[in-house]
Amino acid sequence: MKRREFVRKSIGAGVTAGALAGFGSLGRLIAGPLPQESEWDVVAVRGGEPGIMFDRGIQSMGGMRAFVKRGQTVVIKPNIGWDVIPEKAANTNPNLVGHIVKRCLEAGAGEVYVLDHTCDDWGKCYRSSGIEKAARDAGAKVVPAHSESYFQTVTIPGGKSLKSTKEHETILKADVFINVPALKHHSSTHMSCCMKNLMGNVWDRGYWHRNNLHQCIADFATYRKPHLNVVDAYNVLKRNGPRGVSLQDVVNMKAMVLSANIVAADAAAARFFGSEPSDILYIRHAHEMGLGNMNLEELNINRITV
Amino acid sequence: MKYTVLKNVRVGIALVFLLLISLFFLDFRLEVPEELINTTLYLQFAPSLMKFLTTLSLASAGFFIVMILTALFGRVYCSAICPLGILQDVFIRLSNLFKKKKKRWNRFSRPYNILRYAILGLTALVLIFGSTLLLTLLDPYSNFGRIFTYLFKPVVVGINNAAAGLLNNLNLYFLYRIDLYPVSAGLLAIPGVTLVVVFAMSVTRGRLFCNTVCPVGALLGIMSRYSLFRIRIEPSECTRCSLCEKACKAECIDYKAGFIDYSRCVACFNCINSCREGAVKFDLVRPVKTPVAAEAKPAMAVDGSKRKFITGSMAWLLGMAGAGLAQDIPRPTKKSTVPEPRNHPVCPPGSSGFTVFNKTCTACSLCVSVCPTGVLQPSFLEYGLAGLLQPRMDYHAGFCNFECTRCTEICPNGALLPLKLEEKKLTQLGIAHFIKENCIVHTEKTDCGACSEHCPTKAVHMVPYEGTLVIPEVNDTICIGCGACEYACPTVPYKAIFVDGNPLHLKADPPAEEEKAKIELEDDFPF
Repeated sequence: MKRREFVRKSIGAGVTAGALAGFGSLGRLIAGPLPQESEWDVVAVRGGEPGIMFDRGIQSMGGMRAFVKRGQTVVIKPNIGWDVIPEKAANTNPNLVGHIVKRCLEAGAGEVYVLDHTCDDWGKCYRSSGIEKAARDAGAKVVPAHSESYFQTVTIPGGKSLKSTKEHETILKADVFINVPALKHHSSTHMSCCMKNLMGNVWDRGYWHRNNLHQCIADFATYRKPHLNVVDAYNVLKRNGPRGVSLQDVVNMKAMVLSANIVAADAAAARFFGSEPSDILYIRHAHEMGLGNMNLEELNINRITV
Repeated sequence: MKYTVLKNVRVGIALVFLLLISLFFLDFRLEVPEELINTTLYLQFAPSLMKFLTTLSLASAGFFIVMILTALFGRVYCSAICPLGILQDVFIRLSNLFKKKKKRWNRFSRPYNILRYAILGLTALVLIFGSTLLLTLLDPYSNFGRIFTYLFKPVVVGINNAAAGLLNNLNLYFLYRIDLYPVSAGLLAIPGVTLVVVFAMSVTRGRLFCNTVCPVGALLGIMSRYSLFRIRIEPSECTRCSLCEKACKAECIDYKAGFIDYSRCVACFNCINSCREGAVKFDLVRPVKTPVAAEAKPAMAVDGSKRKFITGSMAWLLGMAGAGLAQDIPRPTKKSTVPEPRNHPVCPPGSSGFTVFNKTCTACSLCVSVCPTGVLQPSFLEYGLAGLLQPRMDYHAGFCNFECTRCTEICPNGALLPLKLEEKKLTQLGIAHFIKENCIVHTEKTDCGACSEHCPTKAVHMVPYEGTLVIPEVNDTICIGCGACEYACPTVPYKAIFVDGNPLHLKADPPAEEEKAKIELEDDFPF
């Protein structure tokens, strides 16, 4: 794996170096690809292991350094909602989380945090999901989010149903917020992905459920805009979500969506899930509120097959 | 042999038991392995006896070992193994730091035999009639557990939280906050009063609680009268200095008469170490003729106030016993202010239902302490008076983790018996009931589905409602009553879905096997 990555990086770097006269290929190897504004609205990747798909995807978006600058504090927000093993695909793939942590630190991040306000007992979720270990091994700080005392009140000026909520203090202090949801079925919202994953940022989810769930999900997206969304659709929980009942519920899709825009990312993910973005009410709300474009035909999409 | 070594051994063993058992109840990070808990608690008398009565297995015969120990060496259990006994020794020791020398001295007193044997008899009688109520209130181990769970643990957690707050601000997360679900003041009063009574009795009269109130002490006292090894004052070496009597916290040595009340001696061996002449021995009882003075019982004056105290206590005990017997069947908590029509409380997994559980549990609250989700909470009258303080599933405090069997693995009473994870996942504690009139989907006409989200078996699933809305529906046969739906239901003040307990737990069907899920896409990229 490491050797493969090295070879691929070397090739990529070599090609760039060849194009840029005056730079030695050795210099390129150390510096890596230059950060640049991505020409793509959405990058979709298929066919590889999560880490490989991420590397290919992020490369086409200008590399990790386009998102993480030296010394910055990063929060990675996977879905760790459930006390289930990774194969059940109710949580984000732990290898992917570990991989992104590693890439952030390589890009010079000062500190990388990983957290989620879980539904099942947090200690068990953090352990069973494999995310706590993978993130720690990669060098991240795994932060608790099970107590109201970790959350601080924020106002949501653009919200219709959700005017204020309590968000985790670590997210509030961070420079970069990377949203890494698992694409999966959801019994109440049909599909859970980027916007729905942000429910794990906040303390009182019951309020959202009581006050027009779809609208609250879209409202929160007016306030919390991730710098990068990475949709884990390697294994997709197709039914009985968001927790899953058996391994039979899981489809091995080997897919990933990357986008700086949360609505576009959710729209592309919806298609992978087999649904129309406009059929998912919170995506439609967010689109209508001008938070992004759910019409994939109007977007610049890079399709990468590994 | 130097007899003085005995006290050191006793103190050593006692400290190990006290520290370990305290740790089990205070372990808010849930890091103590179940095996250590089970091994350490094996010898706890009342729990072991209850477990033996339920399982009829020699694997739970710790109480029998204690009885053999008592027959050999007297009430060593009370000084070295019983956590409440050891805790009293700690109280006595600490209070002595603040007492003048003369105030530290103990004096021989007469035993409250009628009271102690009446309490023992009543406790046994109530137990035979199928209620653990008196044992729950009087068993020293269970009282110790409740004092630690409901009074001491919150203090320890408070200190942890203060430290965690400081460290988390410094970006260190090896300590984290713990939020304990608040227990009502009424329930806290029971361990609170116990602690005050035990503390007051111990610092003023030594082991008076153990020799008057404690039914385990009374029972072992009957045996220790005739134990093979006993404390003995060698008359030829005794100088009548009275130090042994002053050192006796059981108040059972009458040095003038050369008399020792073996039924009250807790084998602490303090008297041995107090004697400057080495006249106090602990050895095998030999059939030697004792001096007349040693046989003579001290004169006992009639004490009116004590009599009153005794009769008063008896009346109270009889009342409690009667109440315990009358309350065998739990009362439904149907009140007009509670719209969820609950018929029965939900009893923890491994209990096979409250009809069995209520007769075995003595509410030590160890399961409450080790539960990772906090769903186990002490009951007040949900089970009826007979189940006072016994744990129940409180789905406002939490819900039962699908992958967890921890409470079933550590119950020293056998009130909860070990369940394999696969069995537990099919154990139906109760059944979820949906109240459409309370449901967000019905009242607000918006999607919710928090209940179905949390359901581990999808017994609670969403079915089409008006327009594109979906609304919950319960499949009774695969519902296990874990309470995730009720906990997650966001409606206030009354829930739109709640679990009604099964008096006897049933076996749920496993969720139906489904075909492998598929997603049909025409090409690699559906856009």
